[in-house]
Amino acid sequence: MTEATPALCRDCLTLFEDTPAERCPECASPRLFAHGELPTLSLAHLDCDAFFASIEKRDNPELADKPVIVGGGRRGVVAACCYVARIYGVRSAMPMFKALERCPDAVVIRPDMDRYRAAGRRVRELMQDITPLVEPLSIDEAFLDLSGIETLHGGRPARSLARLVLDIERELGVTASIGLSYNKFLAKIASDLDKPRGFAAIGRAEALDFLAEKPVGIISGVGKAMQASLSRDGITRISHLRRYEEIDLIARYGAMGRRLYSFARGVDKRQVEPNAPTKSISAETTFDTDVADADELLSRLWPLCETVAARLKKSGLAGHGVTLKLKTRDFQTLTRSQRLQDPTRLADRLYRAAEPLLRKAADGRRFRLIGIGAHDLVDAALADPPSLLDPDIGRHAKVEAAMDRVRGKLGADAIVKGRGFKT
Amino acid sequence: MKLTIERAALLKSLGHVHSVVERRNTIPILSNVLLDARDGRLGLTATDMDLTIVEEVAAEVGEPGATTAPAHTLYDIVRKLPDGAQIELAVQGDGGQMKLTAGRSTFQLATLPKEDFPAANDGELPQGFTMHSEELRHLIDRTRFAISTEETRYYLNGIYLHATKGNESQVLRGVATDGHRLARFEMSLPDGAAGIPGVIIPRKTVNELRKLIDETEGAIEIGLSDTKVRFKFDSTLLTSKLIDGTFPDYERVIPSGNDKTMNVDCKVFAKAVDRVSTISTEKSRAVKLSLEDGTLTLSATSPENGSASEELEVNYGGERIEIGFNSRYLLDIAERIDGGEAEFSLSDSASPTIVRDVSDSSALYVLMPMRV
Repeated sequence: MTEATPALCRDCLTLFEDTPAERCPECASPRLFAHGELPTLSLAHLDCDAFFASIEKRDNPELADKPVIVGGGRRGVVAACCYVARIYGVRSAMPMFKALERCPDAVVIRPDMDRYRAAGRRVRELMQDITPLVEPLSIDEAFLDLSGIETLHGGRPARSLARLVLDIERELGVTASIGLSYNKFLAKIASDLDKPRGFAAIGRAEALDFLAEKPVGIISGVGKAMQASLSRDGITRISHLRRYEEIDLIARYGAMGRRLYSFARGVDKRQVEPNAPTKSISAETTFDTDVADADELLSRLWPLCETVAARLKKSGLAGHGVTLKLKTRDFQTLTRSQRLQDPTRLADRLYRAAEPLLRKAADGRRFRLIGIGAHDLVDAALADPPSLLDPDIGRHAKVEAAMDRVRGKLGADAIVKGRGFKT
Repeated sequence: MKLTIERAALLKSLGHVHSVVERRNTIPILSNVLLDARDGRLGLTATDMDLTIVEEVAAEVGEPGATTAPAHTLYDIVRKLPDGAQIELAVQGDGGQMKLTAGRSTFQLATLPKEDFPAANDGELPQGFTMHSEELRHLIDRTRFAISTEETRYYLNGIYLHATKGNESQVLRGVATDGHRLARFEMSLPDGAAGIPGVIIPRKTVNELRKLIDETEGAIEIGLSDTKVRFKFDSTLLTSKLIDGTFPDYERVIPSGNDKTMNVDCKVFAKAVDRVSTISTEKSRAVKLSLEDGTLTLSATSPENGSASEELEVNYGGERIEIGFNSRYLLDIAERIDGGEAEFSLSDSASPTIVRDVSDSSALYVLMPMRV
């Protein structure tokens, strides 16, 4: 006699002690989720499917069966692409020209972040309705910890999640995929297994076997460079990592070694942190045509400084460090950082710190993207202290605050500084 | 080239020149020191293109000649050789390598042609005067701590040296500020310094200069132009570009109407500030000074750590005032007050405060308060 495998109908939300033959006996839906550890897995990763593209399709039903790409013109990169476009080989973060080579008939839509953000906020609220332990990773994905709320919802975490996804679909017209497991690392991997509109789990029983043959690159934080250095040491698959002691991995790969050791064994002790502190605030833009001229680059930089400053002010933070980011026409990314004497939340300060960095970096190469970020964030109370040499610093802050108020009322273009004014 | 030199002498000279050489260089020749042997002397030159140091040391020259070798490597080798070792440096054949021999140790060092080494500019500088090493040491020690490290305001990354009219007579002043604090040192104008231009001496130059002063007693000849400064020691010549910028009008920053005066035993004050600031947050380091009728209360609070306060007896008769400072800046200044007593001149909690050494009028410090 084999043991019974519990199951859940993802449409009528009925729970079964043992998995029914094919379809749900209650509603005849084929969407059954069966897993031996269904009652005990409670950590989930929710990821909306092709979020920006889905919203565009929702708002314009004519697009339903067309390949849709959301992104910045011919020059930008793919911010999101629908599953029709993916059939042609389009992927997100692909340069737009490459995407259009693969799928010339795609409908390209400029991103409308305000609309996506509004939908993202609503998704977040729906998630927070089922558990306070929601850790957003971006506008459309988050970790949810549902442990201990079983009695609250009178059901299994899996059932609460299935209902959440149905609610999101019904209310927002976008689909989402769930990855269910017992830690963040595996939940995130699981949400990708059954996309779109998926529901997949990795349980304790199968985690080790599941991971064994996977490439090390699925561990978050293991990028190209790390993969290359692991590969030099003969480590390409997760199982290879299990040959080493933790101490050896730490000695060889530093702090990352600890993560490699435990993740390879399906262990991830990171908690879901609903209020994970912001590490940096940044803004960037891709040009329609490559830019080499320093002054032109600077004029593109200024509005980004204003955006970052506005976000800093909104979050009550100030940046002690400033990073300038440039991407060359052949997609090399350059970053140049500067630590400020005092933390700032002023656009003017960010700009003045970035200007010399930019002038040095602008050596005639053509750039396709520019960005600026504030990092080493501290409380706004420490921002822009009074200075002997800059008695006007208080006035600068007041001017920016006044401009922010005007923009709050009349929109972002209602008032601009001379530096941002284009004739 | 072939020469023999005693280890201690070579180490001392290399010690002077190697720190001018940047650890990371995109131009290979700048990692090297130029070695030039002739007339019983070895000349060593190092540069980062802004700062150049030339040093001369007596050596037994067997065969005159010149080459360049990696400065840091050479320094490290000589440092590790045993005390009293006789070192032989020799370049033979095509000059691609320099052989260093000491006792039973032999090193072959890759060289670069001496012709590639940037030419030392030994042109005369139009202005010149002499300072005693002691005076120059004081000038640096009283001001260097306030030099700004923020590259955005490059014109603050040095000491502003200039001649001006003091209270009674002409003075030579050194000034440094980072916007939070300002330090001003003045001394009576040396002969020949009357017409000098106001110049900003870069931090790295100041630091190298300070090291050299420690090994010198006596006079240092200073040469100046609009773009360069040169310091001449017995056997060392330090030539530096000046910072090409305008130092802010610092006089404007020094308040003249501060009417509240506090006198305090500086050592006692520094110790109390240090104790109380244990509580201040790492980021702000704020301490609050509350003054009232002969009592100074130092206090600090932080949401994470708790709070601290300490009372000091001071000489103060003004009205009640509360003012916050960065404790590190207070300690920096206190450290520079050699006499026992510091005098604080205050106005209000948002205005700059002046600190002086009661027994030494040469230095003056201005400190910007913090919001607490």
